[in-house]
Amino acid sequence: MKKIEAFIRHESFEPIRMELLALGFPSLTISEVKGSGRQKGVTERYRGAELTNYLRPKVKLECVVATSDVETVVATILKHARSGSIGDGKVFVMAVEEAYRIRTGESGEETLQAHPEAAVEVAR
Amino acid sequence: MTLRRLSGGLACAAALALLLPAAASADTLDAAVNGALPESVAINSIWVVVAALLVIFMQAGFAFLEIGFSRGKNAGTVVAKILTNFSIAALLYWAVGFAFAFGNGDLIGSSGFFLINYGDPQEAFAVMGLSDATIESKWLFQFSFCAVSLAIVWGTTLERIKFGVYVIYAVVFAALIYPIGSHWVFGGGWLQNNLGMQDFAGSTAVHLIGATGALAVLLLLGPRRGKFDGDGKPRAIPGHNMPLFGLGVLILWLGWFGFNSGSTLGALDGRFPEVAMVTLLAAGSGVLFSILTAYWKTRAIDIGMAGNGAIGALVGITAGSGYVEPWAGVIIGAIAGTIVPLGVYAIDKRIDDPVGALTAHGLCGIWGTLACGLFTSPRLAEYNGFGEGGLVYTGSFGQLGTQALGVVVVFAFVFTLSFVTFFIIKKTYGLRVSEEEEEAGLDITEHGMYGYPEQFIPAPELIGYATAPHGSRDIPSPARPVQREVAAS
Repeated sequence: MKKIEAFIRHESFEPIRMELLALGFPSLTISEVKGSGRQKGVTERYRGAELTNYLRPKVKLECVVATSDVETVVATILKHARSGSIGDGKVFVMAVEEAYRIRTGESGEETLQAHPEAAVEVAR
Repeated sequence: MTLRRLSGGLACAAALALLLPAAASADTLDAAVNGALPESVAINSIWVVVAALLVIFMQAGFAFLEIGFSRGKNAGTVVAKILTNFSIAALLYWAVGFAFAFGNGDLIGSSGFFLINYGDPQEAFAVMGLSDATIESKWLFQFSFCAVSLAIVWGTTLERIKFGVYVIYAVVFAALIYPIGSHWVFGGGWLQNNLGMQDFAGSTAVHLIGATGALAVLLLLGPRRGKFDGDGKPRAIPGHNMPLFGLGVLILWLGWFGFNSGSTLGALDGRFPEVAMVTLLAAGSGVLFSILTAYWKTRAIDIGMAGNGAIGALVGITAGSGYVEPWAGVIIGAIAGTIVPLGVYAIDKRIDDPVGALTAHGLCGIWGTLACGLFTSPRLAEYNGFGEGGLVYTGSFGQLGTQALGVVVVFAFVFTLSFVTFFIIKKTYGLRVSEEEEEAGLDITEHGMYGYPEQFIPAPELIGYATAPHGSRDIPSPARPVQREVAAS
């Protein structure tokens, strides 16, 4: 099991979500985050005075997948998140020791599988 | 460059006008000093100025309505736009607009440029001669209408238009498009004087003209990014603040009592309270029918449609407010309120009108103008001196035909002139901001500042924004349950 953590532009999230859903990966979490990197800050001018913010808004996308699926998911993220300009973001992959499904108490990789209902949703 | 040259020319013209004596104000002052100013002048002027101020307050209504229906990243730009447009309209309506709109002439008025050297105001602006209010009060009132009409144009363009477009079109609109169009309808032009078209306060002359400009720019501007998905299906882009939208609607509603009732241009005939009453009844039934229609279609009590229903009904009753009886106001408002949701749903399938202006001001403006042809009371047609009674009284389609002709003529005139203006702007200066600027929002890209900085700048970067008081000292915790003594009964 691996956790994929991607910092991406807001506008690239929706295409990524759509394609992951179609590929059978409906489970993910996002947070609206602010961070800095090589991308320049935004300068606000307020009544003649300036204020530069170095932290820019990004979306942090997290999902945990079976090790064999990592390549597929990362490829999807890279495909849609890349605009070619500085500030496209980064993807990190890290090991996950265990996973539990709270409703049933199951554990292991099968808890990461999409439900049959989710597959129906995808087919539509 | 063009803008700079134009503003230079305007400044020269304004300076010239200031050097020349203003005849009318001097006459009024002389009469007052000699004790020869009739009290009726003062009484009528007070009402017209109060009504003008109510209409000017509507600018705040438009601002809040548009801010509420925009996303938070485009909130501040509306403030700058409203103030700029209002100011441009004031100067140009003074320079040429008022003369074109209310000077005598079938096609275009020609007296009173810079409001000087027009002789006797009762003759120079004969269409307003029924009232002896001073010409300055009439100017203020009619200018406030021009500013409302201009504000209506921009509701469809939110969140993606370049700021300079406002400036360029405002000049053309306040100097030519609105004055000429409104002159034909209620400034003593050919539609009113020769054909007897009825439009008491401007369902066509103000609202349809504004909405027609809005349609012209929208067709060239296109939808906001993300409004339509890959299959062309419309998506909701929710506005960020429904309470502000509601405040805007209520301010507009209040302002409308100046808009319609002030169009009597005087207080002494006692007509204005009846006009106010008709206006209120129409708006009330408009809200109810809009809510009912939206509920029938979507099974939700739609907040936005309640507000749009009020606006649509107020637009609908604007033409008839001085021509119809109260019972007809209720019907006109009800039909306008029904038109609003249906129009918004239909238009939203194809084009992106974020505030529903095409329906509320356009479709309801047309409906209100036609409604005079149905419901105008013969006694009021005779009193106002234009046209005849409506279909339900006379059984004749004559007035209805005149109203329809007026709508078609004004629409064609305003659409052509506006489309050409926006087309030239599109080919030279450009109408839209870049995709990147649209994503980031107009506040930061066009104005360099956010409408809501604390939402966009992380708190750690705002110097002086601590998160909470230091907790180590003995600070009483509000979360601690408070023990209360229960009184023995």
